[in-house]
Amino acid sequence: MFPELGQVTLIIALLMSVLLAVVPLYGSLTARDSLQAFARPLSAGQFVFIAIAFGILTNAFMVDDFSVAYVANHSNSLMPWYYKFSAVWGGHEGSLLLWILMLSGWTLAVATFSRRLPSVMVSQVLSVMGMVAVGFLLFILMTSNPFDRTLPNVPADGADLNPLLQDFGLIVHPPMLYMGYVGFSVAFAFAIAALINGRLDAAWARWSRPWTTVAWGFLTLGIALGSWWAYYELGWGGWWFWDPVENASLLPWISGTALMHSLAVTEKRGVFKSWTVLLAILTFALSLLGAFLVRSGVITSVHSFASDPTRGAFLLMLLAISVIASLTLYAFRAPVVHTRAKFGPLSREVFLLMNNVLLMAAMLLVLVGTIFPLIADYFELGNISIGEPFFNLTFSPIAVLVGLLLGVGIFSRWKKTDEGYLLRKMIVPTVASLVIAFAVVLILGNTMAPRGTGFWSNFSLWAFFGVLSASWCAVATLQDVWNKSGSRHGRLHGLRRQSRSFYGMVLGHLGLAMVIAGATVVNNYGIERNVRMGPGDTATAGAYQFRFASVGEREGANFTAVVGTFEITRDGKPVATLYPERRRYVVQRNVMTEAGIDAGFLRDIFVAMAEPVSSDAWAVRLQYKPLVRWTWLGALLMALGGFLAIADRRYRIKDEATELRKAAVSGSTGAGGRPVEAGA
Amino acid sequence: MKHWLIALLLALVAPLALAQSEESSASAQDIYPLASEAERQRFDRLLDELRCPKCQNQNIADSDAPIAEDMREEVYRMVKEGADEQTVVDSMVDRFGEFVHYKPAFDARTALLWLLPAIVILIGLVVIVVIVRRSGNGGDDDGAGLTDEQRRQADELLRRQ
Amino acid sequence: MKRALLFLPVVIAVAFGIFLYTGLGKDPQELDSALIGKPVPAFELANLKHPDRTLTPEVFQGQVSLLNVWGTWCPACRDEHDDLIWLAEEKGIPVIGLNYKDNRDQALRWLQDLGDPYQITLFDPQGKLGFDLGVYGAPETYVIDKQGIVRYRHVGVVNPEVWEEKLGPVVRRYQQEGS
Repeated sequence: MFPELGQVTLIIALLMSVLLAVVPLYGSLTARDSLQAFARPLSAGQFVFIAIAFGILTNAFMVDDFSVAYVANHSNSLMPWYYKFSAVWGGHEGSLLLWILMLSGWTLAVATFSRRLPSVMVSQVLSVMGMVAVGFLLFILMTSNPFDRTLPNVPADGADLNPLLQDFGLIVHPPMLYMGYVGFSVAFAFAIAALINGRLDAAWARWSRPWTTVAWGFLTLGIALGSWWAYYELGWGGWWFWDPVENASLLPWISGTALMHSLAVTEKRGVFKSWTVLLAILTFALSLLGAFLVRSGVITSVHSFASDPTRGAFLLMLLAISVIASLTLYAFRAPVVHTRAKFGPLSREVFLLMNNVLLMAAMLLVLVGTIFPLIADYFELGNISIGEPFFNLTFSPIAVLVGLLLGVGIFSRWKKTDEGYLLRKMIVPTVASLVIAFAVVLILGNTMAPRGTGFWSNFSLWAFFGVLSASWCAVATLQDVWNKSGSRHGRLHGLRRQSRSFYGMVLGHLGLAMVIAGATVVNNYGIERNVRMGPGDTATAGAYQFRFASVGEREGANFTAVVGTFEITRDGKPVATLYPERRRYVVQRNVMTEAGIDAGFLRDIFVAMAEPVSSDAWAVRLQYKPLVRWTWLGALLMALGGFLAIADRRYRIKDEATELRKAAVSGSTGAGGRPVEAGA
Repeated sequence: MKHWLIALLLALVAPLALAQSEESSASAQDIYPLASEAERQRFDRLLDELRCPKCQNQNIADSDAPIAEDMREEVYRMVKEGADEQTVVDSMVDRFGEFVHYKPAFDARTALLWLLPAIVILIGLVVIVVIVRRSGNGGDDDGAGLTDEQRRQADELLRRQ
Repeated sequence: MKRALLFLPVVIAVAFGIFLYTGLGKDPQELDSALIGKPVPAFELANLKHPDRTLTPEVFQGQVSLLNVWGTWCPACRDEHDDLIWLAEEKGIPVIGLNYKDNRDQALRWLQDLGDPYQITLFDPQGKLGFDLGVYGAPETYVIDKQGIVRYRHVGVVNPEVWEEKLGPVVRRYQQEGS
């Protein structure tokens, strides 16, 4: 299969995107149904041709076609086939192809699942997505073509994929992440369409919500996978570095979270419409900004793709055009008329607004902190670095506040909440979480990292607030479930009656609590020791003994490794045996550390061999990491919550008439033919 | 309810809690042995706060680069001699510039950055107060502002159901 | 919200875009020396060729010179070596060498084989002076003025282009003062 064919299919896809961007939109503005009807077939066509291009590139990797420059730069005949497959997106050009594949996939999904939407809306949404596709296809074809050839000098073998990337993490992390980034383009498209056709109402919010939630779910998964991958791959036991590329993924996530909550208010009460639209534009803009930062070379990062100012300039132009055009449209077309809904100071609306304020504060902090070196350079303030210590100090309080706010706000009611009612509901969570927080901090503080002999001197305020926030959030969420599941026919019936949307929310909030708890405990009570060890040596970290039993060698598919055997015991009882490695990859000749990890729900034990300090001794890093898995499990829970929420019945109403009939018979319908729900 | 909460809590925390940790009687030597816990923590914090000037965004704790190793040695030497954190940081900044410190000083250039969250939250609170006031505070009526004529029509429709 | 307020996001976005644009093409890893305007840090190092003689910052007094940090382990230093000879012989610029974290015998052999552009070479096997200077990657070349004050640092190889555009102007400027 000729790689040039890949280029041809991309050009065809570009033509289809151009048509998609123009024709249905024009049809919607001039009320020509025939033109609008082009939207779905063009979406399908666009997807098919991009998929073919992707298939051709994948094939080039699988058959080791080193006449394709991208394959030659990122692959090698010795690589296992599954890494060849994921190497397709291991570099800049290929990852962009993945991006556009997902974009066209989402476009097709919107085209398929929006039969019940007014055709004007659908046409405009698909057209906007077509415009985004045009931008990216142009970027690929003009600056980042994965099908460039190395002819006539075809190398005998490839340069190999960076060994750090030869891992399961590469197979899952970028696809999930891109599903999220790109998925937010749907919310963006809905927002732009609403601005164009002026139909910005609760119905619009209802249509946007599932798309936003799914994208958010994927992004959550993608970020969690990245964190987990960095943890076991990089060998230092860190799971979040506040590296610019990591921050670039966190920004749309925070904004997306705010958007999800704001959409809830707009759908339920028809208020904050302008703000929600702005958030939708902002979230996608942040996705694009992230792509720019990572690929343009303006920011130093361990993750960045090879930088190139031409590509950076093109991306910036793409970003600028999309954002400035949408925001200009917003300035002219967003509604300024005050809606007549009223709400009190303790209403759910206000609590969700407060949630948005906190999330925006967090987002702005991470954004400004990440690009601050650029700012400092522009204003000639010097070469200032902003890193982990800064972000940990400033971000953590906001996260704590979010948890605390959730614990209170979950009990609020739409429009007006009685103070007394709220205070009454808060009693159990407040007491319970205070007890939990004190207990956890005092127990852990005095057994794990004692600083002194005084019982209270080991009390860490940071840890206390973190655990308080997490437990408050969790207890309040569970309390809310308890409150809402009371029923004449028994608790089980009451629980069954709640919608999936409600349980999605519950899982999401519990997941958040888990993440906060995990992050707090592992950061405050983790133990690390760097020791010099040779075979036969033992060392202690915390309550665990590590014995370096023996050292050996092994050969992998494309590397040779020195393997250490470490026996870990606690109070004389064996806990685990770990096999950390120092690998030397044959092609690129770099040396990597593979950590040995004993994973557990409540703690991880982590051993990594660093550089050799003599012929038979190594610098070894031993770590005890309590609750570290909770950070990823919590994120997983959040993502599941999101996916559960969109499986809610109201999004699957196939035949509205049948639904109405069924609901009328069972007598549980509220106004509008939708089942009554107790949650947001 | 509270009782079983505490029991659950203890069950979760107990395995986490370790016996009094002993750092002695191990035959392996620390790479950077330090006398007191305070020194150890100062050392660890410094290693996390100082940036490797040559690397693509790594602190000197995690970097393999020779210059990072040199910096670690120097930090270790200074901490052993009793220097406090600020002194060590200043010494590195004097040589390598502000670039090597991951935590920016709080001064006129960076004040806005440090205070950004507080400022945003404050502005947000003000906006919320204004919005709530303007919306009329929720009131007690459930109507979305129907006129009498509309109310009559609505009643008719409802009666017909 | 008034209509005017709604224009705020666009304005911010435009400002943001301009300022991101200026960041393009710049190297975020390029570091200015922290020692510019300060004297060369105190040192007592042996002369590479005459190990019994000790050198101090006195060597910089009275002339504008280039301080070149190099090592035999550094491939880029090999690349720039001929250009350093050109600078020393054709242009008559005093170049003082700082042999950084190296082996004396290997360094001497290198100078013997490739030529010695250095007026004098400081032997810094532990890299102490290098560390105090803030050297983070060889080769690095400093411009030191007549009072022994650091005036400029260039990280990377020195070639005629670098001389014309960066080092030359600084050297000439400080040669003119005082005299």
